[in-house]
Amino acid sequence: MLAYIMRRMLLAIPIAFGVSVVCFSLVYLAPGDPLSVILPADATQEMVAQIRHAYGFDRPLPVQYLFWLGHVLTGDFGMSIATRRPVILEVTGALSNTFMLTSFAVPLAFGLGYAMGALAGCFPGRAVDRLVTGAAVVGVSLPNYWLGIVLVIIFAVEFMALPATGMGPKGSAQFSLLRWSDAQYMILPVVTLALIPVGIIARTTRAAVAEVLNLDFVTTLRAKGLSEIAVIRHVLKNSAPQVLAVMGLQFGYLMGGSILIETVFTWPGSGFMLSKAIINRDIPVLQGTILFLSMIFVATNLVVDLLQSMIDPRIRRS
Amino acid sequence: MSATADQRDIGGPAQPLLIARNLAKHFAARGASKSARVRAVDDVSFTLFKGETLGIVGESGCGKSTLARLLLHLIQRDSGELIFDGEPVGAPRGITVAALRRNVQMVFQDSYSSLNPRMPVQDSVAFGPFVHGRRKSEARRAARDMLVKVGLNPDLFGPRYPHELSGGQKQRVNIARALAIEPRMVILDEAVSALDKSVEAQVLNLLRALKQQFNLTYLFISHDLNVVRYISDRVLVMYLGRVVELGPSEAIFIQPLHPYTRALLGSQPSMDPAHRIEQPPVTGDPPSPIDPPSGCRFHPRCPFAEPVCAQRSPELGAWRERDSHVAACHMLDPASGHSKAMQ
Amino acid sequence: MSQTAALPATFADETSPAERVRGYWGTVGYRLRHDPVTLFFGAIVLLIVLMAIFAPLLAPFDPYKESVVLRLKPWGYRGHTLGTDELGRDLLSRLIYGARSSLLMGLVPVAIATFLGGTLGVIGGYAGRRVNAVIMRTMDVFYAFPSVLLAVAISGAMGGGMVNGMTALALVFIPAMCRVAETATAQVRSLDFIEAARATGAGTLTIVRYHVLGNVLGPVFIYASSLVSVSILLASGLSFLGLGVKPPTPDWGLMLSTLRQSIYVVPLSCALPGAAIFVTSICFNLVSDGIRSAMDVRL
Ligand SMILES: Nc1ncnc2c1ncn2[C@@H]1O[C@H](COP(=O)(O)OP(=O)(O)OP(=O)(O)O)[C@@H](O)[C@H]1O
Ligand code: SF4
Ligand SMILES: [Mg+2]
Repeated sequence: MLAYIMRRMLLAIPIAFGVSVVCFSLVYLAPGDPLSVILPADATQEMVAQIRHAYGFDRPLPVQYLFWLGHVLTGDFGMSIATRRPVILEVTGALSNTFMLTSFAVPLAFGLGYAMGALAGCFPGRAVDRLVTGAAVVGVSLPNYWLGIVLVIIFAVEFMALPATGMGPKGSAQFSLLRWSDAQYMILPVVTLALIPVGIIARTTRAAVAEVLNLDFVTTLRAKGLSEIAVIRHVLKNSAPQVLAVMGLQFGYLMGGSILIETVFTWPGSGFMLSKAIINRDIPVLQGTILFLSMIFVATNLVVDLLQSMIDPRIRRS
Repeated sequence: MSATADQRDIGGPAQPLLIARNLAKHFAARGASKSARVRAVDDVSFTLFKGETLGIVGESGCGKSTLARLLLHLIQRDSGELIFDGEPVGAPRGITVAALRRNVQMVFQDSYSSLNPRMPVQDSVAFGPFVHGRRKSEARRAARDMLVKVGLNPDLFGPRYPHELSGGQKQRVNIARALAIEPRMVILDEAVSALDKSVEAQVLNLLRALKQQFNLTYLFISHDLNVVRYISDRVLVMYLGRVVELGPSEAIFIQPLHPYTRALLGSQPSMDPAHRIEQPPVTGDPPSPIDPPSGCRFHPRCPFAEPVCAQRSPELGAWRERDSHVAACHMLDPASGHSKAMQ
Repeated sequence: MSQTAALPATFADETSPAERVRGYWGTVGYRLRHDPVTLFFGAIVLLIVLMAIFAPLLAPFDPYKESVVLRLKPWGYRGHTLGTDELGRDLLSRLIYGARSSLLMGLVPVAIATFLGGTLGVIGGYAGRRVNAVIMRTMDVFYAFPSVLLAVAISGAMGGGMVNGMTALALVFIPAMCRVAETATAQVRSLDFIEAARATGAGTLTIVRYHVLGNVLGPVFIYASSLVSVSILLASGLSFLGLGVKPPTPDWGLMLSTLRQSIYVVPLSCALPGAAIFVTSICFNLVSDGIRSAMDVRL
């Protein structure tokens, strides 16, 4: 097991390397010379010279990458063009707000999806089953940010029951989950974020459960006189690895989705910051945020893989 | 096209069509340690004469298909030599692989997966002539002619897809495909093994008829001894990648020399009690071709094994002429030191 | 023996049941024609396509014509069936025209990705281990990004605009397409009929052309059809963020983002472009599902 963990972690290194190369090259994708891309338009002559030297812009590309990597690994992501603050501070601040959203949305989505899927799988052909099938198609076809807008129209505009956008009058710094006046700002974003993957997770769970239910060993268990509850426990356990794999993927979609959702709700998280960076053409912030988010995704995939292999030893061997 | 008129016959009828010398193919064993090798074919030599049918028998996994692939250069040999009608294959002054494949064709073990599921079978048959430079319409016509020759109505079966044919029909298509480019030699790898007995007989008879009609030479691989006996002029017995016995068909079936061949024949339900050999059938699983046993590879299962068998590898006796009957066993070599060795 | 060998004179197995020979694509077409759900949603897709093509004939007003006095008018105001937007442009006309960029952004990136990713995948699946490793490990890197994130990163860096948006989306889809094609190719490659084709003396290109592609195109096409709706969604998301389609071009994602500012004034109009995206995307999805199950012919 330990060997597997080690091997799997080693395998993640080239991926992380590749991801960093892609993020590095974002600056070069932007039109214009890289110096002008990462510096404010009114940068002084010394600043330009200093940055050129620090990032080795007069050296060949691989060397530039190493310079950049050196900076990144020491926590220096450059400076935001818009706010003139270090990118690292901007990103970490925003990430904590995103994390607040996802830490509610993920359990909500996964719990709801799993429960619906398991129910549908145990009662194939019934109403729950059809509901799940429908929800999955709707879920993948729905523009998630539009769902956010619709929820705003219903709950904020028509019923005026919940606030539409933002984090409340006190802003991000004094936001407290324990105060209703603050916490109510989270409800719509969290629900919007969570509703999207529910259908897909439910559909996968349904398929996995139905597949396991059809296996011979379930018939054997029943024949042995095991109670139906015990059988279902067995089935859920055996369908877990597949479900887990999809949840890992959906976590990524959730993260990507948060870009649009946070924009809709002007929730000051990493996604909102990204969309602001796009409007301001603040490439350093764009690059830093993308790097952070994708690395989190790589790490989550790693964790999901390891969890899967813990549940299902067969995976370790392949 | 008759035997005398074949323009492609270079060396005359006396020159062997194919000579294999010390062929070897080792695969990297997956899952096992890095250095472990599957010795699928190990030092195999034999001669195939023009117009004959050489049967190859052996247990599953002994390397029959690997040998067939080596002969067609579908996989690269590790060592050894292949001579087709006097010309070395793939050597600077010899015959090219492409030319070899014009002369040698193969019917594969699995009649279903060896046909493209998305292609009407007549196109599968026409593919060979097309590749060899015929225009599409011509190739199609040749394919339809060939389908007729293997006993399939081209109007009825030609446009069908493989899954719309029975096993026997598919194998007929495969035979047509192999013959469509008019080869001189055909390798039949378990060509009839998957068929019902009655269909098997039909296809075997078809093969015999085609052989006469097109003046073919067959290499007939099978694990079914009765079939091999029916169709072969000579038989080669393989065990774990090695040749253990080689001789005329009747001689091998009436008087097998190698203990493995005897065991094989013994485990075969014989129709004739007089021919039943007083040997126990082969016992135990075949040892793995990964790191095969030392010396004689059969010694862990051989009832006559003696210390010398584990130490030295027995030679396949001196092979002199077409009808020689030889076997690789210390008991046949007076100088081996085996107590049962013939003096 | 020579008696029994005279078989070819009479055709063997002639009596075997002669099934209707329909062929693979024939069967797929037959199944599709008998699938009312797919036909229904396919018809809607067709209508949307027609609407995009004939937008100038269908739209009651010029979608670009602004008017200060007509800003944010409600439904039915002076012939503006669905009212007007924040610049006084007719909403219905803009919705009709909006189908153009949505379809374009849905189809073009998928087509590019299918061609490039499919080619790379076939090469990766058919070539030796080393070429395969180079291609597939590179793809793995792009796979390590959530798709929205990658699309935003690439088009965010390159700047907005339709061409940049399409490039970004194509880049997002290429790795996935490549994987699908690679898996299918590797599967086909290991089958005996490829070896049989090699034994016939055919070269690699001929084999790929005649034996591999026919078997790979199916899964690739199925996957491509499922990507169209993803592409429409991602593209509208990009436009919503200010990437992708640039104003004043009518585009559903862009309209959603500008109308959102007036959510308290014209809440219903505000939701319309999103509904258009949703309907288009769900129709493509259901058609794709239909194609998938129609093409799932056991051979
Ligand atoms: N490509 C390969 N890679 C690794 N090992 C292989 C490969 N092909 C064959 N082998 C191994 O070589 C040995 C011989 O295989 P081969 O297919 O030649 O046997 P066979 O005599 O044809 O058996 P059967 O009667 O079952 O067809 C087997 O142990 C097989 O596992
Ligand atoms: S050499 Fe020895 S082990 Fe091998 S077959 Fe002969 S007697 Fe048996
Ligand atoms: Mg074989």
